[in-house]
Amino acid sequence: MFFVLLERLRQGYNTSKYPKIEPILSPRFSGVPKITGNCDLTCKACIDVCPTEAIAKKEQSIAIDVGKCIFCDQCVPLCTHNNIQFTHEYRLASNQRSTLLVTKEVEKIGFQLNQQIQKLFKRSLQLRLVSAGGCNACEADLNVLGTPVYDLNRFGINFTASPRHADGIIITGPVTLNMKQALMDTYDALPNPKIVIASGTCAISGGLFQKSDEVCNGVDSLLPVDLYIPGCPPHPYTALNGLLQFLGRV
Amino acid sequence: MSYSTLFTCNPSWGKIEDISSSTEEVFWNDIVENITNHNFRVLSLFGTPINDALHLVCILGNDSTSLLKISRFELINNTFQSHATIIPQIHLFEREIAEQFGVTVHDHPWLKPVRFEQDFRLHVKKNACGNMEYFQVNGEDIHEVAVGPVHAGVIEPGHFRFQCYGENVVNLEISLGYQHRGIERMLQGGPYPQTLSQMEVLAGDTTIGHSLAYVQLIETMADIHVSQKSELIRVVLLELERIANHVGDIGALSGDTGFLPTASYCGKLRGDFLNLTASITGNRFGRGGLSIGGVGYDIDFNLAATIAKQLKVLQSKTLSAIDLFFRSTSVLERVENVGKITKEDVITYGFVGIAAKACAMARDTRKNYPFGYYNAISYEIPLETSCDIFARAMIRRAEIVSSLELIHNMLRSIQEIAIQKPMRVNGVVLPSNALGISLTEGWRGEIVHVAQTDEHGTLVRYKITDPSFHNWTALSLAMREGQISDFPLCNKSFNLSYCGFDL
Repeated sequence: MFFVLLERLRQGYNTSKYPKIEPILSPRFSGVPKITGNCDLTCKACIDVCPTEAIAKKEQSIAIDVGKCIFCDQCVPLCTHNNIQFTHEYRLASNQRSTLLVTKEVEKIGFQLNQQIQKLFKRSLQLRLVSAGGCNACEADLNVLGTPVYDLNRFGINFTASPRHADGIIITGPVTLNMKQALMDTYDALPNPKIVIASGTCAISGGLFQKSDEVCNGVDSLLPVDLYIPGCPPHPYTALNGLLQFLGRV
Repeated sequence: MSYSTLFTCNPSWGKIEDISSSTEEVFWNDIVENITNHNFRVLSLFGTPINDALHLVCILGNDSTSLLKISRFELINNTFQSHATIIPQIHLFEREIAEQFGVTVHDHPWLKPVRFEQDFRLHVKKNACGNMEYFQVNGEDIHEVAVGPVHAGVIEPGHFRFQCYGENVVNLEISLGYQHRGIERMLQGGPYPQTLSQMEVLAGDTTIGHSLAYVQLIETMADIHVSQKSELIRVVLLELERIANHVGDIGALSGDTGFLPTASYCGKLRGDFLNLTASITGNRFGRGGLSIGGVGYDIDFNLAATIAKQLKVLQSKTLSAIDLFFRSTSVLERVENVGKITKEDVITYGFVGIAAKACAMARDTRKNYPFGYYNAISYEIPLETSCDIFARAMIRRAEIVSSLELIHNMLRSIQEIAIQKPMRVNGVVLPSNALGISLTEGWRGEIVHVAQTDEHGTLVRYKITDPSFHNWTALSLAMREGQISDFPLCNKSFNLSYCGFDL
């Protein structure tokens, strides 16, 4: 017991002060993209290199679908006008799919507050995670929210073992055909009122697996999604911020 | 006298026409001979179309001599004779061939689905996922427990069917496939712009392990030179990934024995190691860290110094948090002599990685088939002898220590080299009608990638063998005659990849 206490003194107090204090992320972190200028009409360099076809032409410039983007930065050095930059903005989540689109004009990801949801879940949100083809990175970085640094429990948010005890289902992965039935059964097992969260690029749009005939390309086609958390995988602060914004806690 | 083709380094490639082909009988006799008398083992065995005819290709490896042998034969009437009873380590490979190509495998002792995936040629699935007959034990007092696919933890799905007598497990049958995304079929016709990114996510916590196997294979086949600094950075990224996962695993094991101090500290420390990877690549899992021709991000003098300094701090914190776990008698009660397999099991079934090292089998690609900068490093494989959960945890501790030392050595060398720009080769040209092999040591164990090109140099087949493909069987064996309540602990002691198996 003595050694246990000694170790606690040594390791110290680890919970971050977020949301009171902004987190410090790696200087090389890629967050919300920013589009700064117009393109040559015939140039498609960024569009061709994008692994998930997240970039499309829009008027004189381009638009990046943050629900498809995997933040790999491969488009950045290819633009001869230096039009694309990835900022350090880790707040990527939104409750509407349509706002996950960044253009020259639209720089921020919009988030509409839902009074009903906040009234129901603000102080307590129990979530059941279902991995439907996730590669384990999204799962691992959601699991880490339960560890002392992020400490999800202090916000009243918890991962439950059974869907019967949950208020919402948080889904990772592009929803493989092999997992589709289990996912739908789990959703049906949740008592009302319930919410659906799609975490990670795969769950939003199918991500790198869009061209596979073994996946459903995200949760949208199957269930009504209440919160989208982009990223590959979403940084824990992106997920945490998304959840807290959703609950009206930040 | 063996007829199969020899490769002496990792990665390697050759023209398919130079890879000796023979009859089925000679093929199998040669494999059995090499395994029984010359200390080879099966690294991969798969079906693939060569000149429009279905062939079986086998890759054998000798851990002591680092030799790789490839052989192939053309199937006649879409059928072959199973040899799983003679060489059990191929049991799952044969089932996979049956599933992927609809081949009739005569006399296989356990011919069941592997991942419930589509036939590569007919594009139909035989069964819905999980829909098969499960092994049952009959008798009074025997009950059956089914767990999954959706199970209690925040982890990937899989199905576990226990036959229990009271609390004792008589048999555990594991049925996976829920994470199957069809990656091997998506890679055909490539490499595409998304191929490297797909390699990064095929087992998301082994981003560097798999993407390294891919890039070094492409570089070897396309004759692309990689700078020394890139090779050094690749080692740093691979070892950081190893440490982060091992720290997380010990934390998870600790949590499952109810010993919360180590669980909490390791939860934080794992994040610290991931953040070190993020300081290099911007992403905690190292996405974008590797590219064909080099690395995606440079480590300059200052960053190397910062990482080295942070590692020293983390090293002492990590080891003291972990040693608390190994010192606690209540933990040791739960992990010693639990979840045991034997050294014979490892040899018979071809287990790799941590499961093998915990049974004193020196299987580590960094030493057996060195790749990249590991060719210049002298590496000693840590071994344990008790083959139980304790041994697997001790191996992780030993690897954390050795990886930290490796990274320090790499960082010292990196500091002597000037800044280099990220290298990325687009528009790679692969040789036509070729077969290439690449092995790396992921944190779970040995990763094998095999690429086959057609007459245009495009990928006609890309075969991936994650270490979990071999090792899921180890979990089944370890649970036999154990207590069902030890299952979560046993599962975490192996910590195998569901998506790496399911692809």
